[in-house]
Amino acid sequence: MYAYDEFDRAFLAQRIAEFRGQVGRRISGALGEEEFKPLRLMNGVYLQLHAYMLRVCIPYGTLSSTQLRRLARVARRYDKGYGHFTTRQNIQFHWIKLAELPDAMAELAEVGIHGIQTSGNCIRNTTTDPFAGATPEELEDPRIYAEIIRQWSTLHPEFTYLPRKFKIAITASKHDRAAIRVHDVGLRLHTRDGVTGFEVVVGGGLGRTPYIGHTIRDFLPKEDLLSYLEAILRTYNLGGRRDNIYKARIKIQVHELGVPAFTELVEAEWAQIRDGALKLNATAIDDVRGRFIIPDFEPLEDQPAELVAALADPAFARWHENAVEPHKAPGHAIVTLSLKPVGGTPGDATADQMDAIADLADAYAYGEIRVAHEQNLILPHVRQKDLPALWARAQEIGVATTNIGLVTDIISCPGMDYCSLANTRSIPVAQRISERFADDARIRDIGKLHLNISGCINACGHHHVGHIGILGVEKRDEEFYQVTIGGKGNAKARLGEIIGPAIPESEIVNVVERLVETYLDLRTSPQETFIAVVQRLGIEPFKERAYAPR
Amino acid sequence: MASPLQKKLKLTGPTVVTANRLLDGVSVWLTEAGTWSDDIAAAAVVTTPEAVQALLDIAHADESAVGAYMARVALDAVGRPAPATLRERIRVAGPTFAFLRAS
Repeated sequence: MYAYDEFDRAFLAQRIAEFRGQVGRRISGALGEEEFKPLRLMNGVYLQLHAYMLRVCIPYGTLSSTQLRRLARVARRYDKGYGHFTTRQNIQFHWIKLAELPDAMAELAEVGIHGIQTSGNCIRNTTTDPFAGATPEELEDPRIYAEIIRQWSTLHPEFTYLPRKFKIAITASKHDRAAIRVHDVGLRLHTRDGVTGFEVVVGGGLGRTPYIGHTIRDFLPKEDLLSYLEAILRTYNLGGRRDNIYKARIKIQVHELGVPAFTELVEAEWAQIRDGALKLNATAIDDVRGRFIIPDFEPLEDQPAELVAALADPAFARWHENAVEPHKAPGHAIVTLSLKPVGGTPGDATADQMDAIADLADAYAYGEIRVAHEQNLILPHVRQKDLPALWARAQEIGVATTNIGLVTDIISCPGMDYCSLANTRSIPVAQRISERFADDARIRDIGKLHLNISGCINACGHHHVGHIGILGVEKRDEEFYQVTIGGKGNAKARLGEIIGPAIPESEIVNVVERLVETYLDLRTSPQETFIAVVQRLGIEPFKERAYAPR
Repeated sequence: MASPLQKKLKLTGPTVVTANRLLDGVSVWLTEAGTWSDDIAAAAVVTTPEAVQALLDIAHADESAVGAYMARVALDAVGRPAPATLRERIRVAGPTFAFLRAS
């Protein structure tokens, strides 16, 4: 956890007071909607189909148990008793009332959370690996740099009115769990000649014009992080298109200029500012590092007797194999709690579940929780000896479905059931797919398969990088779904290919099932994953079977 | 006089004017009395661009609702309006799945 200081607390209190005044003036009529809309958006408040929505920023996906309990309280007191965790490691409340927003925000601010940088054409919440600070794979905790970026970017006067929103993601592990190559800027910590620095990837993104990002600098010394980001943002702010909202993201600028020309502009700007006030020295980095409260891990052994005994239970063993990952501290583990129950809404958690997960974190996980961009929650620091007890309780509260990374671990945007931009529904499709694949043995046999659903071309459900991607399209008031296969969002990110004409809503689950059956028929062994088969054979065999008359 | 740049409204059938209530975002429909109702059945139904424009003028002048626009409706046997599209059905009835799971 990062410990905010008095400056942060005073700033948030001031911000809430300011927003309370703005809401008051809006309700009194002193402010019109055109004046008020940009102000509410800067605080994470959207107007959706049938209610206001508050998007709450969870910096780098890290929550304390106290903060999670507060989110539960806000869900219960100001919403309808639940919240929706998003692909940007945030949480959304879909039923907030305008007049109550300042009170809800004040309650959140008491525990250091807010809606700033969750909307508007600014630098958004920087996302990172949900296993940060816990996984043995990482070189350093990437949250330190995410926090440095947060401090630099929050209310950055030059970058508050960018051509469009701007998203940064960081990873420090060889397994990219932050999807850095489909962000405006992706940063990968790696080592060269014994020194740690960043690979800088620019111009990735999904939406209506998806691109995989390009590496514009193989190695950036850590002390130059902010000056280099500033150079990128300046290049974008000056040259990014403002004439067409659909061409305003940095990916379009990079594409239109070409990577070499864009890089040249960035490097030229950087040469002017690299040795200025943004230079990070070791003391500054250490100061931020020092404000992260790292648990004092108990000296424990791996594979304690309690765990070994519990593994004799096949149900526990299945969950352990699916949801538990190695931890850097002996005797500890990383646990993913599934927010994808069969027939449920991907990413939703009730207030009761949030409270119960906070209790689990306190009892077994040093009081810390993470949000994964796959819309699950993670307990990053669990004592292995406590895994059986944690599992028992996780089952009781409905977050122990053994589907992490499997076909029913579906990423889904809220879709037209909530969103004013969506053309079609996403959640009911996800629910029906999870019901079709409800059998635990079947999905384990299918193995790793990422299925992502977006209700419109804005691609909040990351369909382009799903092994199977589903995009909703509306035709004459009817819902259809376009299917892509072969996408992936990891270190070897690639965009999926469209398999053919859009499919009616009534057929989409059958088509998904036929794609999965095709994979099962074509794989050379159970070890060959869905994505490996698509890469080996291409989309044709899948296309033939998906559209075959029955 | 209307601006020459103003787009001509195109109607494809009986039409209502709808928006979101300022205080809570709830879907509301403009009634014949020029007030907002959260019941679509109470909405004023019009069939000409001029009549729609008149309703929109009333709606845009009223700050108690946000984002007014026209929406096509279907009429039942006694002429009461009902939403004609899935999007509008969701605005009337809420999400199409059970979402409230908290105790």
